[in-house]
Amino acid sequence: MNTRFKRGRALGTAALISAALVLSGCAESEREGGGGGDGEATGGTLVFAGAAEPVTLDPFFAQDGESFRVNRQIFEGLVGTKPGTADPAPLLAKSWETSEDGLTYDFTLETGVKFQDGTDFNAEAVCFNFDRWYNMPESAQSDALTYYYQKLFRGFATGEKADAAIYDSCTAEGEDKVTIKIKEPFAGFIPAMSLPAFSMQSPTALEKFQDDSKADPRTTEYSTGNPVGTGPFVFESWERGKQVTLSANDDYWGEKAKIDEIAFVAIADPKARATALENGEIDGFDLVGPADIQPLEDAGFQIVNRDAFNILYLGMNQKTKPLDDIRVRQAIAHAINKDEVVSASLPEGTPVATQFMPELVNGWTDEVPTYDFDPEKAKQLLAEAGAEGATIEFNYPTDVSRPYMPSPEDTFNVIRSQLEAVGLKVKPVADRWDPDYLDKIAGSANHGIHLLGWTGDYNDSDNFVGVFFGAENPEWGFKNEEIFSAVTEARGIPTAEEQTPFYEDLNVQIMEFLPGVPIAHPVPSLAFAPGVEGFQQSPVNDEVFNTVTIEE
Amino acid sequence: MLRFVLRRLALMVPVLVGLSILLFAWVRALPGDPARSLLGEKATPEGIARVRELYGFDEPLLTQYFLYVKALLSGDFGDSIKTGQPVVESFFDRFPATLELGITALMIAVVVGVPLGYLAARHQGSPIDTAVVSTSLLGVVTPVFFLAILLKLVFADWLGWLPTTGRQDARINATHITDFYVLDGILTREWDAAWDAVLHLVLPALALATIPLAIIVRITRASVAEVVNEDYVRTAESKGLSSAVISRRHILRNALLPVVTTIGLQAGLLFSGAVLTETVFAFNGVGQYLFDAIGSRDYPVLQGYILFIAIIYALINLAVDVSYGVIDPRVRVS
Repeated sequence: MNTRFKRGRALGTAALISAALVLSGCAESEREGGGGGDGEATGGTLVFAGAAEPVTLDPFFAQDGESFRVNRQIFEGLVGTKPGTADPAPLLAKSWETSEDGLTYDFTLETGVKFQDGTDFNAEAVCFNFDRWYNMPESAQSDALTYYYQKLFRGFATGEKADAAIYDSCTAEGEDKVTIKIKEPFAGFIPAMSLPAFSMQSPTALEKFQDDSKADPRTTEYSTGNPVGTGPFVFESWERGKQVTLSANDDYWGEKAKIDEIAFVAIADPKARATALENGEIDGFDLVGPADIQPLEDAGFQIVNRDAFNILYLGMNQKTKPLDDIRVRQAIAHAINKDEVVSASLPEGTPVATQFMPELVNGWTDEVPTYDFDPEKAKQLLAEAGAEGATIEFNYPTDVSRPYMPSPEDTFNVIRSQLEAVGLKVKPVADRWDPDYLDKIAGSANHGIHLLGWTGDYNDSDNFVGVFFGAENPEWGFKNEEIFSAVTEARGIPTAEEQTPFYEDLNVQIMEFLPGVPIAHPVPSLAFAPGVEGFQQSPVNDEVFNTVTIEE
Repeated sequence: MLRFVLRRLALMVPVLVGLSILLFAWVRALPGDPARSLLGEKATPEGIARVRELYGFDEPLLTQYFLYVKALLSGDFGDSIKTGQPVVESFFDRFPATLELGITALMIAVVVGVPLGYLAARHQGSPIDTAVVSTSLLGVVTPVFFLAILLKLVFADWLGWLPTTGRQDARINATHITDFYVLDGILTREWDAAWDAVLHLVLPALALATIPLAIIVRITRASVAEVVNEDYVRTAESKGLSSAVISRRHILRNALLPVVTTIGLQAGLLFSGAVLTETVFAFNGVGQYLFDAIGSRDYPVLQGYILFIAIIYALINLAVDVSYGVIDPRVRVS
């Protein structure tokens, strides 16, 4: 493995710095192979760049994509996903059965699996994890630490939300059978178990190194230096501010990793990530900026598109006139040419949206009313509403790139000119994303139409429409009891199959009411050096590097 | 001398107390809410309230301040809201990167700047002088971030001569003793690692060095130009002393005082340059972490980091004052 920014030229640069000349002879020295692998592995070190460092290596307390990415290599949950989809698939659990009332889950576990520290993975270890989660001390019961657990299980053994908690019990039967009981049916339970937050962690390592009652359990001895799971990679080191290094787990129970080591580095700027790839400093990176895709492809790099599991929409705050008038909202929907928005500001291959969830999600339907691009109709609707030439505040964020919104300024500009073309006056209001924009949009009534979106965590309809329209919310500024109660009803149905018609109806209902205009499902892209093969994309980021190889 | 140093150190206490109040107020006056920033799109009103409660942001400001000072007095600077890492730990994890970058930049600025300024002053009005003066003017007015991006674009993106991000190639398993990567490479004789760290340092250090370099050139030039016209220099010349002796003993030594003051001031200012440079080159030092903390309104990190930087700035100034006495016996304090 060699450093691939051009070494010969690097030597030339040496002339620039006389102080460095002393060392110049050393530049010729051979770089060692990454990690010294053996056996059937193709070997080598893969360097992968994300946008930030992981926050913690205890997946239970993680909720950012970067932590999840690293944790996913070390840990595994009971449930995984079918490659390339968001659908649940067996992982540490070979199979499961759900009782009719949706309150009991019987899991049959893989046998012969060991944690990386030699501890047996068995039914007892599963219950240890479930019980650990349920008994979290109150200091850890905030959304900043345990968002996913609270979202699923709604509360803990203690604390103010103890009464709402739906976890009942975990019973181990022998080595490989586990029964989980919950108090209220929850159709998203199995797909949610595929989240890295619900990974199985070694009871031995947790008891030795973890302290859940520490003021911030994300930075304990365990979560910064001794994470132990059953995954294909073993934790090696975390040099803060530099990289997290993992090595192949030689005793992995599944398909063993082909590379020796993987190093995760953080490069915040998408353009800088692209340059680092071109320069050979990294072998791959996530979240390619739309503008970098073509140049990277032209230069021979590989672009991998994830199937979109997100939604970008134009929200309309009904607390602001004239957006409370359905005709004005319809006019705005007809004024927008989504294809143009996609071609001008979103990655190639992005499908336009017709509703507030992507097609992969249960409940998506082609029965929803659509609002085709029709400027004349838009003008007519505005005239009917007496809102010709009305001024509308248009909020958009700056200094940010979200997976569902890679370049908000560009998206804003396209939609703005489309709205102006039907005679609306647009008053642009730009705010920095972090934290002003969200504060204003989601936390106050002080906004008009706005760009925002969402990336789904797991395959559950409620994880999309339930989040947006489950209750009154300052972002949308409306109170529609019919929709709210339809969300509550659908949520309480025990299985996904039975939920389908309810969510289909709900999607139709929402699109008739038109609280916002779903724009598109932008495809997030990753980029890899030409020699990297075998990466399997996942719409829910369930991506494990054990199948990846690198050419020397 | 000791008394002088002690008195100056004692004077730092009220300065730091005042600064802690200002910082506390300033950080909280920033628009935006760290709780919302932390939870992102997934924030719910209850979620935000719970986080605010957890970090004590729901307490009255005065109570928050006293809790903050109480913790400070016991050496507790708090934990980052975003990452949970203790502020002191994260600072010292990243400080070596910033120090390595800063020292390199300052070395470039002094080693190149003082001789250039001297040269220009001794050849006033010549083409060399004009070239030095106009180039240094350009250096002073070029913003650091612009230069950083430009250097990166040319030497890394286009020419591909130098690495663009970080401090060392992620594939190198280097041993770290001091966390100054170049020094570590030399100490452990891992020449490959040392060389790689040097390559990673070149562009950020050049970007960061430019402004201090330009200022040092201009101050040295002005100061030397003034000294060469002094009577004692003319006397020395008429005594027939060699020009080397005149330069070293009579001109440079006398001209150096304002230069040293400038170097001290620039050393402090390097921190602000480092925030931008480190961000452009993903250098992962204190500056980049501080930049991120401003974005996420990470109160404890902002308060802690700026306080540390202020202490370091004050110490550098003290060192400059002490060095006056070494250079010029006339200002030696008893």
